[in-house]
Amino acid sequence: MPAILFYIFSALTLAAAIGLVANRNAVASALSFFVCLCGISVLFVMLDAHLLAFLLILVYAGAVVALFLFIIMLLDMHGGKRPPFKKMTIVASSIAGALLIFGAFSFFARGQFSTDELALAQAPAFFTDLKIYGAKLFTTYMLPVQLVGFLLLVGMLGVIVISKKHEEKEPGDRIQEPGDKP
Amino acid sequence: MTIGLYHYLVLAVTLFAIGFFGVLLRKNTLIIYMCLELMLVAATLALVAFSRFNGTIEGNVFVFFILTVAAAEVAVGLAIVVALFRRRGTVDVAKLNALKN
Repeated sequence: MPAILFYIFSALTLAAAIGLVANRNAVASALSFFVCLCGISVLFVMLDAHLLAFLLILVYAGAVVALFLFIIMLLDMHGGKRPPFKKMTIVASSIAGALLIFGAFSFFARGQFSTDELALAQAPAFFTDLKIYGAKLFTTYMLPVQLVGFLLLVGMLGVIVISKKHEEKEPGDRIQEPGDKP
Repeated sequence: MTIGLYHYLVLAVTLFAIGFFGVLLRKNTLIIYMCLELMLVAATLALVAFSRFNGTIEGNVFVFFILTVAAAEVAVGLAIVVALFRRRGTVDVAKLNALKN
């Protein structure tokens, strides 16, 4: 039964990821990304990482995708339609992606991981309890927690500074058209 | 047939490759950014799978931090995209070639 669920949800995730890349409409791409994240959070549940599945939905699907949709609405990119790709771009990108997959599979084929030894039932899932997360975060990972908090503060300040309106325009800010005088 | 670490890793690698493909293929900055996020999520899937099959919690805690950093990163990145659009009037990477000459 878990095997069937894994295949269903991994197929859903892959289809949504392809939809994210291939969609003509930016809003449809963002919604495909949402579906992809939901599939990955189901896979997290199957890996006994319930807290992370919840956080993925909350942070990514709730905040990040909503932010993306908001920015797409704000920018108004001519209905979000894209021009067709150049053939050269498609070929080059496909070769690059295929090489990445090939490299990973050749790594797997060296026999680093064997499916028999690493069956799901063998390792006990002791960390489904939230208490262990709390204990780890406030003992071993105390300094990273502080640093991440500081990073969030810096990020917030950075967003405020970046999105402030600058009144003076510097020369050369605008896109130079071919006919323009420099 | 049980699902092993190998299956999750294959899925993570494929998702990462699709994200990489999208980064190379697309011209819209926002879509490129979403594909980057997809690559990040694929990496977290691999980390959670490693953590689960090794029986340790370290990978999960690491993913926790990755989620936090990704949230900050998305906020700053989208602010940069908006600032870019305000100045240049486009988010097409083919037209953002100020450093070309």
